[in-house]
Parts: sequence; structure tokens; C-alpha cells
Amino acid sequence: MSTVVLLLFTGLGLGALYFLVAAGLSLIYGLMGVLNFAHGAFLTLGAFAGWEVARRTGSDDWGIFLLSLLVGAAAGAAFAAFTEFVLIRRLYQRHIEQLLITLGLSLAAVALFDGIWGTDPVFIQGPAWFKDTTEIFGARVPNDRFVCIIAAVLVLLAMVFFLKNTRYGMIIRAGVENRSMVTALGIDVRKAFTLVFTIGGAAAGLGGVLASHYFGYVSPMLGGSLLIFAFIVTVIGGLGSLTGAAIAAVAVAVLQQFANFYLGGTGDFVVVLALALVLLFRPSGLLGRTS
Amino acid sequence: MTAAAEPRPILRIERLNAHIAGQQVVEDVSFTVPAAGITALLGRNGVGKTSTIKAIIGLIDRTGAVELDGVRIEKESTYKIIRSGVGYVPEDREVFSKLTVAENLRLAERDDAPRRQLVEELFPDLVARSGQMAGTLSGGQQQMVSLARALLNTNKILLVDEPTKGLAPKIVAEVAETLAEAAKTVPILLVEQNLHVVRQLAEGAVVLSGGRVVHTGDALEFLDDAELTQRLLGVSADPLAEKSAGKGAAL
Amino acid sequence: MTTDTDASGVNSAGTGASQGTSTPGSPAGLRQTAGDGRSAPPAGPRLTRRRILGAAAGLAGVVLLVLLPLLNLSLPGVLPGPTYTPGSLQLLAMCMLMAAAALTYHLLLGVAGLLSFGHALYFGAGVYGLAIILQNLDIPLLPAMGLTLLVVIVLAHVVGSISLRVSGIPFAMVTLAFAQAGSVIVGRNPDGTTGGDEGLSLRTENLPDFLVGVVNTRNLYWLALAVLVAVFVVVTWVQSSRAGHAAAAVRENELRVRVLGLQPYLVKLLIFVVSAVLVSIIGMVFLLLQSGAVPRAISADLTITLLVMVVLGGVGSRWGAVIGGVFYTILDQRLTTLANSDAIDTLPDILRIPLSEPLFILGTLFILVVLFLPGGLTGAAQRLAERRNRRSGTRHSTAASREILEESA
Ligand SMILES: Nc1ncnc2c1ncn2[C@@H]1O[C@H](COP(=O)(O)OP(=O)(O)OP(=O)(O)O)[C@@H](O)[C@H]1O
Ligand SMILES: [Mg+2]
Repeated sequence: MSTVVLLLFTGLGLGALYFLVAAGLSLIYGLMGVLNFAHGAFLTLGAFAGWEVARRTGSDDWGIFLLSLLVGAAAGAAFAAFTEFVLIRRLYQRHIEQLLITLGLSLAAVALFDGIWGTDPVFIQGPAWFKDTTEIFGARVPNDRFVCIIAAVLVLLAMVFFLKNTRYGMIIRAGVENRSMVTALGIDVRKAFTLVFTIGGAAAGLGGVLASHYFGYVSPMLGGSLLIFAFIVTVIGGLGSLTGAAIAAVAVAVLQQFANFYLGGTGDFVVVLALALVLLFRPSGLLGRTS
Repeated sequence: MTAAAEPRPILRIERLNAHIAGQQVVEDVSFTVPAAGITALLGRNGVGKTSTIKAIIGLIDRTGAVELDGVRIEKESTYKIIRSGVGYVPEDREVFSKLTVAENLRLAERDDAPRRQLVEELFPDLVARSGQMAGTLSGGQQQMVSLARALLNTNKILLVDEPTKGLAPKIVAEVAETLAEAAKTVPILLVEQNLHVVRQLAEGAVVLSGGRVVHTGDALEFLDDAELTQRLLGVSADPLAEKSAGKGAAL
Repeated sequence: MTTDTDASGVNSAGTGASQGTSTPGSPAGLRQTAGDGRSAPPAGPRLTRRRILGAAAGLAGVVLLVLLPLLNLSLPGVLPGPTYTPGSLQLLAMCMLMAAAALTYHLLLGVAGLLSFGHALYFGAGVYGLAIILQNLDIPLLPAMGLTLLVVIVLAHVVGSISLRVSGIPFAMVTLAFAQAGSVIVGRNPDGTTGGDEGLSLRTENLPDFLVGVVNTRNLYWLALAVLVAVFVVVTWVQSSRAGHAAAAVRENELRVRVLGLQPYLVKLLIFVVSAVLVSIIGMVFLLLQSGAVPRAISADLTITLLVMVVLGGVGSRWGAVIGGVFYTILDQRLTTLANSDAIDTLPDILRIPLSEPLFILGTLFILVVLFLPGGLTGAAQRLAERRNRRSGTRHSTAASREILEESA
């Protein structure tokens, strides 16, 4: 029992990270048709920015942790906004070329991070409470899991609120469904593009800081490795669906943890298998538009 | 067949060309839409009526000249063209199915003082259903939403693409009535297959074939010319036959 | 990424597979017979003449390349030594293998419009498959290669038939996921078969003597050249075959092909499998040349490298793929040398850091090419040539590339 609970919370924590990456990916793809390979770089930059905050202040209390979350999110958002505004926008509607640009950007950015921070993982210290455990049904769950889960839930709620209750949220929802009709109502949908990139980048940057605490280190490879699972999550959840991304993130991560433990470390493999099954029986994903 | 000497047309199209997937769908199309009343854009299925409308507002790439109220707009992007005073009612409604009726309407509001009251009077049904997802509305109700989105704002022209497509006769009549009402204040370019509706509403007619303009002139004169309508639309516009047929089957 | 759960529940911090960043390869000088590589369907008299000229130039180039190990040429700045030295031959061979691999990617993207992010899976299957078979079975090279090929054919059919259920960008993601699974397995080192992060060194006992050892580098060089020429011929042949035309037609208009009574799905699957088989053979030669298998050979990075090569050279052009492969490999090697040079060390950080990261420069260059040189290097060359002789009527490879990219979306 305690193992199951532990695996469940570890999976939920990991799922929270997947969600923070996948949410932006899915919205960006849904609205703009751009598969954003640079999303991992947004996350990595956020992680390093958060780490720099902790390093420079030399403190590991809660205030600094919250500040590092803020700075990480801001760094991710700024990088993402720059990407959309300077690079993506020039290739309006040319989806494959946009994808290629983000690919080149991710290569260049990761190499630059290598140059600045080195290729080796740098270790990170959070508030001491993170490394303590909380007992739930006999399982001693490390506290950083809860932080990840709570943060992701808050981000999900904030995103849902934004999408449901603001005009831009409405424009984004409408644009995911039928972009050209949004412009045919006299709305400059490109503003919404910059916005989803910025929001997605902020979530990824936040996810980067949280991931660095979850794994205990930051490295230039951090984003790239999470990105692949985020891709799987977005396909399983249905491209363009935020709820789908949330459900799939949790499902994938929990499945992965259980398979890793009970099926001899085959977690990654089982996830790809799940992807294959979803594609065979529901090519548009769990909550995707049926095509 | 001669256009009366009128004041400046609201919309002037000159040598409009457009391609989709490497295929020319609009070829050297030129016509004008007068500043009042309804002008019908007619033609068999697939001749390029929808494409012409989309090319006018830049939803597909185009070359040529488009002048709205004396201002050249063919280089503008879609949202700017719409904001300069174009109401667009697309073929197949294109309501946002995962947004509520109220959201669909709110999204379309671009004036400072949108005419909500007018829309509520015209379509009381939509008020009752304002919280319903637009995707769950009936076809007729969706068409109301689509029309309402255009009528909310003050426009210089309405571009309305087959508003009666697939609707029951009673709803067709309602739509026609709404358009007639709207036409009192704003000129309309109307794509319509139902020749009965055309006869009832349209003053001018522009007929396309194979992406080209093959006839322009007075709508009634055109419809009364059985030989011409037979040749260009493949249907005789016998007024009596139409009434019983409901939707004019121009195939 | 690995996400194990150990006893305490703390996630072990392993970054898993890919770690090295530089391309395995190295440089080479290869001047190109610049030509239009796009499959030219209707061959008018003029085109035929151009073709004959192109073939003659290609033949002359191949003859020169065959003779290279016997000559004493120096290309300072491009090659580390005279052309007959093993170092230079190794680099030239690597260029040719990468060019051949880029050609197989061209078959996917340029011909069938399939944007795959999992091509490294088959390259890696060739590398690791052959290495593992040679390691564990006492059979000669050719049967071992045959066995590897069998595995690749099955693998490509399975993955291809699932991934091709979706198209465009979902297809890209799904192929990426499958390739990642392969990469993860290699990183996991099940029962010590793959060597994990260290990789596997080539067991040479059952190899013919002429392929083993530094003294025989030139034999490997000739082998690589033969592979490049063979792949070029096969790709040309596939492109002009019925399947190739059908694939191009599918790319442009799937509906039309259905109407013609061909199955778009099967046509795409065929191209997918052929391309996988070819690249796995290249992988096997790569193993012999490198005398070992490294995780990078099966990583997503490698696929991305191939994609970058094809785009740099010009999407849709066979010569573009070759030029892109050679250009990238040389540039990568040169930049790595530059990064480690003393001159860079003395620069201020703001210049030193970017300049000491080859991938930063290559990534930036790639972005610039996508933004400003649609059609890649061959497109640019063609535009220059056209500007010079003001000849009109030839199909613009820039427009062609853009179209292909649009169609694969
Ligand atoms: N997205 C598209 N891809 C390929 N061809 C298209 C596309 N859209 C339109 N076409 C083609 O362009 C031509 C004109 O189409 P259009 O929709 O403008 O016709 P229409 O006159 O509106 O027909 P209908 O009366 O049936 O609505 C048709 O031959 C159609 O097949
Ligand atoms: Mg139409």
C-alpha cells in the first residue's frame, strides 16, 4: 500500500511537470499549428534563472524560493515572447518552417546554456522542508512532490479562468477551433499568438524551477528530456486541449512510475506503447478534435 | 442589362485573381456593388463564389484591386478589412461550436456601441439560448448566430454566403426577411442558390462561371430570361416551379 | 530522460541517453557539381542534355574521389593533412556517409513529404544491430549484415504502419516518440548488450582483414564512397519509379492519388521502409568506420542533424542533401577545432562563449537559412546562376522547397 501511494505521488509530481510543459505546447499548437521545439529551452532557461536567484542570494528560505519561481517564469515568458515576435511571426502560416526555426533555436539555445553554465548538472538546494517527507497512508512522500502538484494545479486553474473569463481567453479558444474565422470577425489574432507563447513560456519557466527541485539539479539537457514526454502527453491528450493535456500528463507520469517499479524499469517503453495504442484507436487523442 | 448611372459603388472589384492549392479559382473577376440594396452573386456549384468572397476579405491570397467605399483594401490583412466596415456571414455558418451563443456574439462585437438590442429583437431565440454551446444549436439557429455576428456592428457592406443553405422553408423565409430588413440600412453582396429568395431580395446580379464573370445586370431581368438562366445556372428560373421546390436546385 | 523510483522514492537524477553534442563526423573537401537535383519529370531535349552533362560531371567527380587516397593533395583549413593520410580519409568517409544519410532523409521529406523525427532509429538499428550481432554470434560480416537488415525491415514496417496513421506534425511527434524508446533502450543497457552510455566497441574477429585497422582506412573510405554512390543511384531510381511519382503526387494531393486507385498509405509506407533500410546500411558502414557504436547514433539529435543538413542544402533536391551533409559535417568539425583553439580562449566571455559552441553557430546559421535562404544552398546557387544568364523557364527550387514544406504540414 505505502509503495502504491508513494508511486502515485511521485507520478503526480512528475505529471505536474509534464503538464507545465505540455500546457503551453498544446495551446500553441492548437492555436497556431506550430510544434514548438524551443519549448524545452524555455524551461531550461527558467530553471537556470531560478537557480541563479538561489545562488546569488545564497539563501534557501521560502521567500527566495518563491522569488526564483517568479524569476524563472518571467525568464521563460520573455524568451518565449521574443521567439514569437522576432522569429515565428515572420513565417506566418508556414508551419513547417516555423517548426524548423524553433528547432534551430533549441539547438542554439541549449549550446549557449552549455557555454554559460557548463554541460554538467548543477545541484540545487530548496527550502529544507522540501527534502523532508510527509506520511500519507504509511508512505513517506517527499515534500517537493506536493509543491509541484500544487503549483501545477494553480497554473491549471489560472489558465482555465483566463480562458473562460477574459476576452483574450475567448479569442484563444475560438482561434483553436477556427483561426481564420476569428480574423474574419475583425480580430488581430496575432496578438493572441504572442500571448499564448508568453503564457506557455511562463508555465514552462515555472516548470523549469520546479523540475530543478524535483530532480535536484539543473542541466542544459533538462528541458529537452522533459519535452519529449510533453510531446507524447499533448498527442495523447489531444492537440489544443488544455484539459486533455492535464489528464494525459497525470496518466502518462503515473503509468511511467508504476511500470518503472513493477515492470522492471520499462516506464518509458510503456508510455510509447500507450501512445501507439491511442493512435491506433483514437488518432486525434483523448480530447482532440475528431478529424 | 445596363447599370444605371449611380453614385459611387460601395465595393469595386477589378481583375481579382485567386489561387487555392495551385489551382486558379477566381479569374480576372471585375464587378461593382452599388451603395444600396442587395446584389446577388450567382453561379453553379464550384464556380468560385465563395472563393471570390474570401478573396475580397483576404482569407485567401489574391491579386487585383478591391476598393471599399473608395479605399483600396486588397493589400490589407483580413482583420483590418473587416474592421474597416465589412460584415461577413460565411458559408456553413462557422460558429465557434465550443463557445456559447453569448460568447460567439461577444467575440464579434467590434463597435464601441454594438447593436445588441437590435439583434435581440431580431433573434429572440438566441437570447433564450445564450448559455448554450453554439455547436449544439440546430442549423437554423446557428445561421441566426452567424447573421447576428454581422448585424451587431455598423458595416459599410455585408458579404453573405448562402445563408439559406440546408434550411427548412420556414426558416428560409425568416432569413430572407431578416436580410431584407438589414438591406434597408446596409448594402449586401449575397451568394444564394435559392432563386426564389434571389427574386425576392436582389436588385443586381453578377453571374460567375469557371471563376469568371459571365453576366452582370438587373436581377429580375436575368431571372426572367429562361434561356440565360438555363445556360448559366443550369436551372430554369420559372417562378412557379421554384415556389414548390423551396430551395432552387442549381446543380 | 529516466525516471526511476528508488527505495526512498527520490527520483534518481540521470539525464539518460544523449550526452555528447558534437557530430561524430569530421571534415572533408568535396567540391560539388552544382546541379539541379529535383526530379525532373518530363525530359525534353534540353533537359536530357543537361542530364547527360550532369551525369558526366558526377562521374568525373566520382573518379576523382576514387583516386583521392592515391594522391597527395592538401586542403589546409579543411583537411587535417594530405588526402592519403588516414585522418583525412576518415573525415572524408564520414562526410560521404552523412551525405548518404541525408539523401535517405531527402527520400522521406523531399519525396514523400514525411517529416520524420525518428530516422535515427533505423540508423541506430544498423549500428547497434550489427555491433550486437557481431558481438554475440560467430558469423561472418555479410550474414550478420543480412540479419540486421531483416530486423530493420520488420521494425520499419511496425513503426511505419502505426505512425502513418497520422500525418503532418502529429506524425513528427509520433516518430520522435518511437525513436526515443529506442534511444532509451540503448541507454538502459539491457543485460549489458548495448553498453549503455559508453557504447559498444566493434568486435573484429569475424571481419575481413581489409576492413580492420588504421592502415586500411582507405578501404573504408572506398566503401563509404561506394555507399554514397549506391544510395544516390537508389534514391534517384526510387524517385523516378512509379512509387516515387505516386509519393510525390500523394504529397501534393492525396485525393488525386486515391482517385487514381493507388493507396496513399501503402505508397508512404513503402518509401518509409526503403529509406529506413538504406539508412540502416549506412549505419552499418558507420560502425565499421568508427569501430564502435555510440548512443548518439540512435539519438533524436542525429535525426535533427539530418534534417538540418537537408534544409541547409535545399529541401527537395538530391544534390542539396549531399551538399548539406558534406557542408554540415565539415563545418561542425572546423567549428569544434575553432572552439578548442587558443585564439578563442583569449576573447572576452561575450564572444568566447558563443564561438566555443559549434551547435550555437550551426543552430543560428540554420535559423538564418530558413528565414532568408528558402531553398537552402542549392536554391541560392541556382538563383545566382539564373541572375547571371537571365534564363527563365526553369522551375525555381526555392518555390519548390517551400511547396514541399507546405505540403508536409
Ligand atoms: N481548400 C480548397 N482546396 C482545393 N480546392 C478548393 C478549395 N476550396 C475551394 N476549392 C475549389 O475552388 C473552386 C471554387 O470553389 P468555391 O467554394 O469558391 O465554389 P462556390 O461557387 O462557392 O461553390 P458552392 O456553390 O458549391 O458553394 C472549386 O472547384 C473548389 O473545388
Ligand atoms: Mg460556396
